[in-house]
Amino acid sequence: MSNQVPIAEGLFTWPAAKPALLGSRCNQCRIVAFPVASSCMACSGQDVTAEELPGRGTLWTWTVQQFMPKTPYNTNETAETFTPYGVGYVELPGGVRIEGRLTENDPQKLRIGMDMDVVFAPLRTEDSGEEVISFFFKPVE
Amino acid sequence: MDVAIVGIGIHPFGRTPARSGLQQGAYAARLALQDASIQWSDIQFAFGGSASAGSADALVNELGLTGIPFINVANGCATGGSSLISAFNAIKSGEYDIGMVSGFDKHERGAFNADPKELGIGQWYGEVGMMMTTQFFAMKIQKYMHDYGISTDTLAKVSEKAFINGSKNPNAWRREPITVDEITNSMMVNNPLTKFMFCSPSEGGVALVLCRADHAGKYTKTPIYLKAATMKSRRFGSFEVFAPSQALEQVDGPTVDASKAAFEMAGVAPEDMSVMQLQDTEAGAEIMHMAENGFCEHGEQEALIQSGATHINGSLPINTDGGCLANGEPIGASGLRQVYENALQLRGQAGDHQVPGDPKLAYTHVYGAPGISAVTILQK
Repeated sequence: MSNQVPIAEGLFTWPAAKPALLGSRCNQCRIVAFPVASSCMACSGQDVTAEELPGRGTLWTWTVQQFMPKTPYNTNETAETFTPYGVGYVELPGGVRIEGRLTENDPQKLRIGMDMDVVFAPLRTEDSGEEVISFFFKPVE
Repeated sequence: MDVAIVGIGIHPFGRTPARSGLQQGAYAARLALQDASIQWSDIQFAFGGSASAGSADALVNELGLTGIPFINVANGCATGGSSLISAFNAIKSGEYDIGMVSGFDKHERGAFNADPKELGIGQWYGEVGMMMTTQFFAMKIQKYMHDYGISTDTLAKVSEKAFINGSKNPNAWRREPITVDEITNSMMVNNPLTKFMFCSPSEGGVALVLCRADHAGKYTKTPIYLKAATMKSRRFGSFEVFAPSQALEQVDGPTVDASKAAFEMAGVAPEDMSVMQLQDTEAGAEIMHMAENGFCEHGEQEALIQSGATHINGSLPINTDGGCLANGEPIGASGLRQVYENALQLRGQAGDHQVPGDPKLAYTHVYGAPGISAVTILQK
């Protein structure tokens, strides 16, 4: 099995039996931020604690990216092999709306309010063979 | 101390391979000086901005080295608005009598390419393909259409109007009308927005000469008074571009805040405005900005736009020069283009795109990354 590395440190627990997105909760005003921040955007407080975020939420809004972005977009795709991808905000209970790529890119299969699970999957494979793992939202079947 | 606009100049928007962005800025500056019947040496200070065409203060190399303070301003899409506020305050304070505001730009083709690091966001955000302003606008209008019953046909009608108005404006980039069918069926970029519903980065330059209102008569018979110029950044809880997460509880965005502050400063209300230039980065933005700036309730846009109210001859004329959709967006110049257009409208010099009647008050609004807005109110 190839080596897998997270796309960024501190974005989600990895490796983990049950990986989860990581947010930070302000101990003063209880606001949650993603990714983990060293201070609170709501109250400017610096007393924050990282916590695992729920793995299921609802789709708040979405679009489909139909053209290939320029760098810093970094996958193994070329202009010829680019596949449009969904992007959306998913509302996680108890905290925050998170922007992420969707595993679904068919506009007919996406609707505001549908249930979505957080999943972790390879975004690209480096020349070294290392798989770079990112988070995605997947419609609940 | 009130402030008056006594000189206006513009370099046509679009693509001008023969001139650098700086040269387009200088071209606009010379027209503005000529319009106010003054020389560059009469100018006591300047504020200016350009995102991709070099430092605005390099304009002195083109216009002459007179020793004035020329301050560079960089505030994304609100660059022009921020320059104008700075000049407004410099004159209001009594420090200066007359100065210039300049904005110009020249961007490469294709969508703007933002760097996550410059905005304090992790590199991963760009790597996965979310560092795209187009996605934000698409997701914001998607949600808005869902919540307030705006149709895809109404999105297309916003673009149709922009290109009609552009066809009447000799300084616009896109000067050919495009039908609703062509707009709807053009390439999908970010659902629900198609290619002809988005503006593109472009080139152009604008300059304005501002002075103490009590001196305005020396320079022009048609002074236009700057009654308000405001700029706001986002508060916690507003839904903004380049946001990896957002709060569950939403508050009004910077547009609403800048708009309210401007109406308060000018002591007037939305219904007093005769003509409006609202940020139309894409067709949906114009729709949402109509309500965010107080010109209608959320959801009323569907009926208003379908009835033609936002056309030049309608009850709510919006983006009479074709807006960003027909002019493209040279970041440094875009906000000042709106002010230029309103000055023309209030002087009654807008030609084929002149609103009827005798407009007295005019409104401009820009919105941009990472969640900023600037508003002006002009009065004849």
